[in-house]
Amino acid sequence: MEPTATQSPAIEFRDVAFTLPGGQQLLSGLNLRIERGETLVLLGRSGSGKTTALKLINRLLIPSGGEVHVNGQPTAESDVVRLRRSIGYVIQDVGLFPHFTVKRNVSLVPRIEGWADERVHQRVEELLQMVGLEPQIASRYPHQLSGGQRQRVGVARALAADPAILLMDEPFGALDALTRNQLQREFLALQQRLNKTVVFVTHDLREALRLGSRIALMEGGRLITVLPPEDFLRCGDPLATAYAQAFGESMDPATNRGPS
Amino acid sequence: MNVFHFMLQNHEQVLELTLEHLWMVGVSTLFAVLIGIPLGILSAHWPVWNRPVLGTANIIQTIPSLALFGFLLPVPWLGERADRLAILALTLYALLPVIRNTYTGIRGVDPAVVEAGRGMGLTGSQLLFQVELPLALSVILSGVRVAVVVSVGLATIAAAIGAGGLGEFIFRGLAMVNNQLILAGAIPAAILALSADFGLGWLEKRLQPQ
Repeated sequence: MEPTATQSPAIEFRDVAFTLPGGQQLLSGLNLRIERGETLVLLGRSGSGKTTALKLINRLLIPSGGEVHVNGQPTAESDVVRLRRSIGYVIQDVGLFPHFTVKRNVSLVPRIEGWADERVHQRVEELLQMVGLEPQIASRYPHQLSGGQRQRVGVARALAADPAILLMDEPFGALDALTRNQLQREFLALQQRLNKTVVFVTHDLREALRLGSRIALMEGGRLITVLPPEDFLRCGDPLATAYAQAFGESMDPATNRGPS
Repeated sequence: MNVFHFMLQNHEQVLELTLEHLWMVGVSTLFAVLIGIPLGILSAHWPVWNRPVLGTANIIQTIPSLALFGFLLPVPWLGERADRLAILALTLYALLPVIRNTYTGIRGVDPAVVEAGRGMGLTGSQLLFQVELPLALSVILSGVRVAVVVSVGLATIAAAIGAGGLGEFIFRGLAMVNNQLILAGAIPAAILALSADFGLGWLEKRLQPQ
């Protein structure tokens, strides 16, 4: 996968703004190109606009100004159902369907897309293995799973129809430190294999440094800076420095990444 | 036991009136479900409809039943047959619990689940039929249960306008000051209400999402 110069970026924000009906501006003047195969982390505190930016990509929100392009096409002009089915979406609360088994949860989109039973079955097995789950978990219900297992199922479900783009909104935020650490490690390994375009929202600097190929720092509905993790701690931006201090000084991304 | 002796002796009539009773309750509940669930969905998805829909159903509920039967009596076509009229009135009363519980059930679905569904690219009707309604089903059913139990009681009053049902015995008993006759209507009605309550309650439990 070598992105050529002529290839359009996977996702592009062009002067995007988002204002609530009440007039509160959540996002303004956002310009950002997200290249194919990269993991872009949107980092910021609550209310910085990172989740808003994410939801503009799959049109869960509609920009009040500017344009969002996915695969070179403005999302405003694309069929919203097709657009969403071509983008995997993972959220913190996972949102597994409680009345469906793991298998039905994971296979919902392929089924709706009319895949044959045999293909669906194979895909579910493949996906469960991919996210490190035992095959017998397929027949369980979400309430019978642990938090970490649920989040894995969420990732498997998002990957089901093999989307090129994956949106992840604090997917590991509600997990305990050990499980989170393990899932981050597995995410890196998986991403190396699958090479998806990932947009990852987090408020955790450690997570951002560990997972991101670039970090987009947001504050007050604006994009402050976009930097690769190596440069983030050295950039001298006051907000980035404040972040680094809040998370402790010794945060070298190289050592933090660890074995993957 | 005098009452049971009476019921046994007149078992054909008891059965006939019970069936009439069941017919009125069954048909009106069916109508209430067919009308109430869509209205509940409407007000859950489009909040503008919430007030007018639930408000109207609420107002209907406050009309005394005997008065409502009376109001509807002069309406053409309806007034021709008492059971039509009774079914309409019972339907109107059954609407509120059905609408309200459909509304509550759908609004009560975990927002994360709905958002995940939308984000995955489910269409509005896929989301409704595969996610929202199945998850709201036990709440909706408990509304239907309330509607049925109330209807069984209300339907006894339908006898006042000649619609038949177990109210026949009760009104006749009242007129003749005959407790046995009153009980011959009231006991089967109570049994109907209790068994509907129990049966639908059991179904509701079974359908409860984990």
